[in-house]
Amino acid sequence: MRKRMSILAGALAVGLALTGCSSGGGGESDPENPDQVEVFTWWASGSEKAGLDSLVKEFNSQYPDIEFINAAVAGGAGSNAKAALASRLESDNPPDTFQAHAGAELSDYIAAEQIQDLSGLYEELGLTDVFPADLIDRLTVDGKIYSVPSNIHRANVTWVNTQVLKDAGLDPTKAPEDIDAWISDLQKVKDSGVDAPLAIGTEWTQMQLLENVLIADLGADGYAGLWDGSAAWDSDGVKTAVDHYAQLMEFVNQDYAGLDWDAASQIVIDGNAAYNVMGDWAEAAFTQAGQTWGTEYTTWPTPGTDGIFDFLADSFTLPVGAPHEQAAKDWLTTISSAEGQKAFNTVKGSIPARTDADPADYGEYQQSAMTSFADDTIVSSLAHGAAAPIAWSSDISSAVGKFGSDRDQEALITALVAAAESALS
Amino acid sequence: MRKGIRNWGPPVLLLTPSLILVAIFVYGLIIANIQTSMTDRHSLASEGAFVGFENYITLLTESRFLHSLLNLAVFTVVFIVGTMVFGFIWAWLLDKGVKAEGIFRSVYLFPMAVSFVASGVVWRWLLNSAEGDRASGLNRMLQTFGLDFLQNSWWNEPIWGMAAIAMPAIWQLSGYIMALFLAGFRGIPDELREAARMDGASEWKLYRHVIFPQLSPIALSALIIVSHMSLKVFDLIMAVTKAIYQTEVPATYMWIALTENDYAKASAIATVLLILASLFIIPYLIHTMREEKRSS
Repeated sequence: MRKRMSILAGALAVGLALTGCSSGGGGESDPENPDQVEVFTWWASGSEKAGLDSLVKEFNSQYPDIEFINAAVAGGAGSNAKAALASRLESDNPPDTFQAHAGAELSDYIAAEQIQDLSGLYEELGLTDVFPADLIDRLTVDGKIYSVPSNIHRANVTWVNTQVLKDAGLDPTKAPEDIDAWISDLQKVKDSGVDAPLAIGTEWTQMQLLENVLIADLGADGYAGLWDGSAAWDSDGVKTAVDHYAQLMEFVNQDYAGLDWDAASQIVIDGNAAYNVMGDWAEAAFTQAGQTWGTEYTTWPTPGTDGIFDFLADSFTLPVGAPHEQAAKDWLTTISSAEGQKAFNTVKGSIPARTDADPADYGEYQQSAMTSFADDTIVSSLAHGAAAPIAWSSDISSAVGKFGSDRDQEALITALVAAAESALS
Repeated sequence: MRKGIRNWGPPVLLLTPSLILVAIFVYGLIIANIQTSMTDRHSLASEGAFVGFENYITLLTESRFLHSLLNLAVFTVVFIVGTMVFGFIWAWLLDKGVKAEGIFRSVYLFPMAVSFVASGVVWRWLLNSAEGDRASGLNRMLQTFGLDFLQNSWWNEPIWGMAAIAMPAIWQLSGYIMALFLAGFRGIPDELREAARMDGASEWKLYRHVIFPQLSPIALSALIIVSHMSLKVFDLIMAVTKAIYQTEVPATYMWIALTENDYAKASAIATVLLILASLFIIPYLIHTMREEKRSS
């Protein structure tokens, strides 16, 4: 008996050890060898990994002599990767280029002089002409541009299960006018027997919903003002938005705090909820479940945000002291090229940052997103690092998480004001 | 003189490397950490000027940190009481004599072989807070047995949620406490019990006056071991809930502060944790030192 037990224990230990091992990809970075580029991302699985692979293929054909070294660190939305990156930068051992959300999230690296000004590269490649002016504005800090976007995502999309809406007697093709109309629709769906009509997940997805409500209630300018200090966080507009947000949270699934976005989308896919607010990367989850846009599911800009594009982008940087600077610039060139953007975005499900991309290469949803990106007012997403520096968005995330457990509107507004004060001081 | 060196030379030579390593990587880094915690290094860019205890004052007046301390307190109390009670009861039952003791011992000890991270993944599912149609894990089990009223949102509860997170920790460590207590029970010579019985002690009096006093050093070590594990709890929470507000404890808050590049705040939290742990450890060290002196 004892022997069998120990064999079992041994087998379990081996199993644990195996799952603990991470897969190291590619070779080692060698500073002496100029024909290498070490690229740090958190694209380690799913459509993101497929997109990166496709991008690398394009890079290899543009620069056949340069060896690509994958330094991807797995983990949800880059949380592990950011910690790993911070320790590498701290010890002056930067990768040749690393992935970061474009916009305010870069401000810490810029202030610490850890990444280089890429304005020269933009001029050399003529990128200022092919990226939309709104985007260039968001990438520019004190007249300098520090990163090259590889893709654009939209964060104010509501995903709708058409059958659940039809069962409640609602027309899924028509989006409610504003948040109030949406809330009354949610009530109708609830009355039709759906316990939790609005699916939601963990802290950052709640933060994304709040951000959507803020955009809907304050409009693009009012929302943008929150981030540069020109609009107050205790204004009536914000209070209305928080009240709306609190009402929306009355319609959500109980187990939200433990769900990541994909689990929340799955609730809509399964027909246990009518709506989910998520970025356009959720498209892949719906199509992989065998659903077609317009039949089983449909999308709208979140009620009240029609005509506004809540933007976020992944981008690549050039760290100070990158061991293979020229090769890193070659990588950035590939990313910004029309072919590179096509290789990545057609696979990942996002849209290209370049305005000269051919819509015919992309799917139906992506085409509509490309039109919106070209025509709509663009605002920066809070939940995805475009609107506020890391410390600020992390404070908001915690305040939203607290609200999720105590539902105290006053406390939420106080916390939002305090977060803004400490960030803008 | 030469004989002297022969006597103490080799042991010192053997100990030196580890002494140097401990001095640098434990005590040196503790000092470096305290130093950082007294600067204003709140971002990648800032130099870190000396600000004294400012970070500690901000921390201890910040509702978020106090919330994490409260969470930790709830967790610690439930975890310690749970492991001690279950560990003791199991050890007592085994000591009373059950059939196939070996099997029970292995069954109870086995969870300790699994890491918090690995068991946390399972408990994440077991403690799923969905109720009704979408229930899974424990809530689904309660439904199946017709105990619907016991369904709850587990760790998503504002105050008592941390008690739910303590369940996996209790499950994991009760067996270890059981092993400690069992060793204690076995260490008490049968003659003592027999003598007590001869003197006419009832079963309760036997435990009260003969067995419990002999077990108290073991209970104390067990208490110290689980309490310092509880103060450091990080992996279990990251595995079950990830770093979110509802289940925030100082260790996960420290990690968040670090990923925000707020080095000063992170190291201040680390120092607070060190002080909390030493509140438990130092009395224990003093106690054992006294015991050793007494016995030598």
